[in-house]
Amino acid sequence: MESTLSSGQLSGVQKDELMEQVKQQIAVANAQELLTKMTEKCFKKCINKPGTSLDSSEQKCVAMCMDRYMDAWNLVSKAYSNRLQRERHRV
Amino acid sequence: MSLDKNTAVSVDPQLQHFIEVETQKQRFQFLVHGLTDTCWELCVDKPSSRLDNRTENCLNNCVERFIDTTNFIVNRLEKTQQFAAVSSDLSFE
Repeated sequence: MESTLSSGQLSGVQKDELMEQVKQQIAVANAQELLTKMTEKCFKKCINKPGTSLDSSEQKCVAMCMDRYMDAWNLVSKAYSNRLQRERHRV
Repeated sequence: MSLDKNTAVSVDPQLQHFIEVETQKQRFQFLVHGLTDTCWELCVDKPSSRLDNRTENCLNNCVERFIDTTNFIVNRLEKTQQFAAVSSDLSFE
């Protein structure tokens, strides 16, 4: 497979592959960002005094926190996208 | 990744469009990550079995007021002459 990116030289299949790769890398980056934030937030909420192990009440708290963080993420995403749409109509 | 020197003259329109769309989508995602971070701190107390109405309301208001604040700041800065020169591409979208 050729490694240079000279446009117009890529076949349709190569372009599709390239776009698919870019999309996958973006998805991985977003998952990493979410994981980082989720860990930071839920650690802060659930682990007050780090003990010798992650005990069951901490695990339960973290599990619940993860679900709520996803809920919050989705809600924020929807609220922001609604607002963007309203802003566009306003202009 | 290095781009070939002569790609600038013949940009593949399909790829260009793809990059533009993905960049826009990513800008949106990036903002949602940041907003969720900020609003989570302000609105969520102890995680429970579901987000209650009060928390949902708070998150919605938080997003709306954050954008209001962004717009307010951009508008106010635009009014100051010196800033106008460098801020031509500043908008929250």
